[in-house]
Amino acid sequence: MSLWRLILSEIRFRKLNFLVGVSAVVVAVACLVAQVNLLEQHDRRTEKILAAKEKETAETMAGFEDEMRIITKNLGFNIRILPKDLNLVNFYAKDYADKYMPEEYVARLSNSRLVTINHLLPTLQQKVEWPERAITIVLAGTRGEVPIAAQNKKKPIQEVVSKGKIILGFQLHRLLTRERGKEVTSGDFVVLRGRTFVVHKLQSSRGDADDITAWIALEEAQEMLDKKGLINGMLALGCNCAAERLGQIRQEIAAVLPDTQVEEFETKATARAEARSRTAEQAKAAIERERKGRESLREEKEAFASILVPTVLAACAVWLGLMAFLNVLERRSEIGLLRALGLRSRQLLVLFLARAMLLGFTGAVIGYVAGKFVGTRLGENTGWSWSSPFEPPILLIAVLVGGPLISALACWLPALAAARQDPAIVLQQEST
Amino acid sequence: MLEIQNITKSYPGPRGVVRALDGISLRVGPGEFVAVRGPSGSGKTTLLLVAGGMLHPDEGRVLAAGHDVYRLPSEARSRLRARAIGFVFQQFHLIPYLTVFENILAPVLAQPNSGARMRAQDLIARLGLEQRRDHRPSELSSGERQRCALARALLHKPGFVLADEPTGNLDDHNGAIVLDFLSEYAASGRALLLVTHEARAAERAHRVVQLEAVVRTP
Repeated sequence: MSLWRLILSEIRFRKLNFLVGVSAVVVAVACLVAQVNLLEQHDRRTEKILAAKEKETAETMAGFEDEMRIITKNLGFNIRILPKDLNLVNFYAKDYADKYMPEEYVARLSNSRLVTINHLLPTLQQKVEWPERAITIVLAGTRGEVPIAAQNKKKPIQEVVSKGKIILGFQLHRLLTRERGKEVTSGDFVVLRGRTFVVHKLQSSRGDADDITAWIALEEAQEMLDKKGLINGMLALGCNCAAERLGQIRQEIAAVLPDTQVEEFETKATARAEARSRTAEQAKAAIERERKGRESLREEKEAFASILVPTVLAACAVWLGLMAFLNVLERRSEIGLLRALGLRSRQLLVLFLARAMLLGFTGAVIGYVAGKFVGTRLGENTGWSWSSPFEPPILLIAVLVGGPLISALACWLPALAAARQDPAIVLQQEST
Repeated sequence: MLEIQNITKSYPGPRGVVRALDGISLRVGPGEFVAVRGPSGSGKTTLLLVAGGMLHPDEGRVLAAGHDVYRLPSEARSRLRARAIGFVFQQFHLIPYLTVFENILAPVLAQPNSGARMRAQDLIARLGLEQRRDHRPSELSSGERQRCALARALLHKPGFVLADEPTGNLDDHNGAIVLDFLSEYAASGRALLLVTHEARAAERAHRVVQLEAVVRTP
């Protein structure tokens, strides 16, 4: 015969009292575990949502960047590579470069491992008389874009002009139309400085020098201007890679072509960079809004839990205490007898507290499982978490240790009352 | 040996203080069977509780097994009860969820004893409870319950036994079994103090002490 045997026999005998006590602990523990589980699920869900949002944003950004690239590409080139000895004052005054550099520079640049520019377009451009029309125009020779070896080939910005063909700026084809009395169209013949060209395309109005420009093949332009093997500029599209982008571009190009200088069409570049950064900011703001929304929801859940859990714990502790008092009342005669048999107060205290701790442990185990179940069912549909039923381990340990301890605390007063019961009074009352 | 010296015990009652015991002295020696008789409310049970170290007297002292019982601290008094005193009550006070065998072994909770199981088995046989060994108190007759309570009281072979109306709820046959057993136990050199209002129980005693009705003081 041992105290442990006595406790187990008593529990078997008074199942209902024990089960009601256990259910109090189950409710308290389940409430706590479910709340923790719900908050954890909320966090997991938040992580998932934000990860998905970030992924989605990254994809959208990539798509948007591509779109922006296309849109801003239509703004044209934003980098101009010019001969180093070119006086920019003259350049801006004349609207073309009066210094030249070898066409071979293009090959050198395209074979380098440049990353800061793309869409390399060599040009030979000069203001010339169009004697047949008695006007001054800009004659631009291009040979089509030259890909940069280190980069994937990109769709060209500028159309290639084949030999014998010409693209006319807006004012030029308007003039021809007026003179001929009929609309100039693709396929018509035009004579320029003694050479006959087939109209390849008519440009719409751009409101700048392009409106008085005629584009022909580079080779033909070199012949007509007597600049064989020379060009006077290269256009390119600079990247949006960093704040100090122009410095980087200049540094890279200077390493390959020291005899050149680089100029930027700042407004175009800025528009492109700003569009991209604005989009990135918007995306970041959207993620931040989502994060804040989830945080706010978590705070609400936490606030609710911080009221619910202590209330339930307190109610269950009172419930448990009452059940323990009932148990003590029911066992008055037994307590009196055990005291008469020589059982000491401390042993009686142990008897009742051990019962309470066993009750607490049983309730904690059942409550933990129930809490996990309820928390998962009520959670944010992140799937069953049975793959990690012991997560977080600190919660399991706290519940398995705390359950019996809190149960013992709730039963402390009834147990003390039992231990302090005067056997003489009990036995006298029971005898009358 | 049990010696009660000049014991006084009063209770507050609804109609004034009840003096249950007033200067009682009594000595029960080894092998002696003393019966205490008296009308209801004469303090018989109070005397037994005082003698058993469970109820502190207002005055006087109790000497048992060489100790001045109420000079011992509470824990030591409990140990003394577990070791040296056996109680038999009119209401049996069996633990309802334990079997007969387990009830008889209940004193082991307070005073572990390696030979207790053998002794319990022996008492069961001697008291004719073999067929009831694994039954619960609710499944026993009154006589069987009292025999079970008697076996429990004698498990540790206490130096003296205090019995409070042990035959009060029993028929003649069962009453005789219990009295025979107690007399036999006292004859083996232990002291027996038995409170009773029954003549058949008092007749077995070596000595009979008569208590008078209690005194009430305003």
